[in-house]
Amino acid sequence: MKIAVCVKRIPKTAEADIFIEKDGKDIRKDNLVFHLNDWDGYAVREAALLKEKHGGTVTVLSIGPEEAKEVLTRCLAMGADKGLRIEEPAVRDGHLIAKILAQALRDQSFDLILTGVQAEDDGCGQVGVSLAQLLGLPHAAIVNKIEINGDRALVKKELEGGIEENVELRLPAVLTIQTGINEPRYVSLAAILEAEEKEMEEVSLEKLGLTPDEPLEATVDQVFFPPVGKMAEILKGNSEEVAGKLTEILKKKKG
Amino acid sequence: MKEIFVLAEHRQGKIRDITYEMLGAGDKIVAQGNDSLTAVLLGKGVKNFAEDLALRTSKVLVMEDENLQNFNSVLFQKALSSLISKYQPLLTLIGHTAFGMDLAPSLSVEIGFPFVTDCIGLSLEGGQLKTTRSIYGGKVNANVSLRESQGYIATVRPGIFAPKMPGEEKGGIIIEPSPLKGATDVKRFVEYIEAPITGEDITQAEIIVAVGQGIGGPEHIPIIEEVAKNLGGVIACSRPVVDRNWLPKERQVGISGKTVKPKVYIAIGISGAFQHVTAMQGSETIIAINKDPRAPIFGVADYGIVDDFQNVMTILKEKTKGMK
Repeated sequence: MKIAVCVKRIPKTAEADIFIEKDGKDIRKDNLVFHLNDWDGYAVREAALLKEKHGGTVTVLSIGPEEAKEVLTRCLAMGADKGLRIEEPAVRDGHLIAKILAQALRDQSFDLILTGVQAEDDGCGQVGVSLAQLLGLPHAAIVNKIEINGDRALVKKELEGGIEENVELRLPAVLTIQTGINEPRYVSLAAILEAEEKEMEEVSLEKLGLTPDEPLEATVDQVFFPPVGKMAEILKGNSEEVAGKLTEILKKKKG
Repeated sequence: MKEIFVLAEHRQGKIRDITYEMLGAGDKIVAQGNDSLTAVLLGKGVKNFAEDLALRTSKVLVMEDENLQNFNSVLFQKALSSLISKYQPLLTLIGHTAFGMDLAPSLSVEIGFPFVTDCIGLSLEGGQLKTTRSIYGGKVNANVSLRESQGYIATVRPGIFAPKMPGEEKGGIIIEPSPLKGATDVKRFVEYIEAPITGEDITQAEIIVAVGQGIGGPEHIPIIEEVAKNLGGVIACSRPVVDRNWLPKERQVGISGKTVKPKVYIAIGISGAFQHVTAMQGSETIIAINKDPRAPIFGVADYGIVDDFQNVMTILKEKTKGMK
């Protein structure tokens, strides 16, 4: 099987202090740590597992700055064979990202293209399914199990409320991968060092027939901290004191 | 006058709440201008929903076809795009749900309309769509403008907009012919798989102590479980905890897990992603313990503790002994 996985390098914002850029259009990122989008990590691991079972190759692609090669190397250490970094556009939206990926993946005869369901940063949940339409391929979103039978894939999709759905697709197809589809494996330093020897290509937008400033469908005008509505009453004091206050509240509220 | 389409979402014989919420969102936009609200109902044997939707809209378009019985994005996309070309709505709203996320992005590419997902605010200004989205795990909101166009497609976050209630006046119900010519070989619905009923039913608990990824590892679960037991409650969790196999799926509170409304809900190391919050915000009292004072969970909690949970739990374990 020839599998492609599209991945994104994103800033970790949970438990980090967030500041807004002077122009108000994004958050400041110079103080943040970047990593591989959680959903994409599961997609890469799934591709590696499918390769173990059915043979073939796994190519990982990422649109991003020079540093995106770090997450691609991590993907190579997770079992991918080849990395491709695509130059990032000056500004972006979900549609443009899908368009760039489609240009890079077209006519490459991949049997399966995986993306994460969404990215932790902008949370669009758009790219994989848009990409499928641009490539004229069938798709399934929010997939948590894949079985390959010849030119068909039987996939399980996660719906709401614990209900799931089985769907059969003709290959080639695009699947967006949900977290929890597999058990992530620890990536050792040795594996990373080994991965640095693997094939890594880079390509410009021009080479893909695009310019660095393609028009956007959706533009961010301004970012801002969500309005503080009802805010929790924060219990103050040292751990002993707050635990005491909490015990009192629990006594009262649990009835 | 322009129309606003709302794609009704239903599954296994029930209209889903997101449908009424989108009608609520659409209604606000309609009230601003002189546009009209249309519900689009695709399926098989769904005519009974049309009556209900007609009381909340000025028009309901009903398309029935045996191939629309269960959701298949290929066929639903064909059906919906045929209605969009026929009626040329200015805006089409679809749920940011498992159903909508499988349908809306490819539909937008096919039609060529500007597209935006997971909106928590929507307005049309001079015919141009402006939206608000919640990004970076809920820490920041973004105002997003879409390029000028004859039409737009947007997906709407569940649990944000107040549902549209039925009114006095009833809109018209129009039966539309189906453009589908049989099933498709490319994608096929096989079956639904119901959630297995196993283990503890957390929806029945009066006290829930829920843990998130922020607890750092499964080694911290026993002490938290002990506190839960002391209180006569149960332990539950957010999605990343299940993904990492720290706790079984039946313990998950969230859109894809269980919805709970206990007397007391204690969230430990849970940042407060909307998928989690929508499923627990009906709890009577919510207490959040998190190291990050900016964590969105504090926006829904009644009481908050900004501290290392381990310190608090060690003391709480002693203090709650015999409290049950």
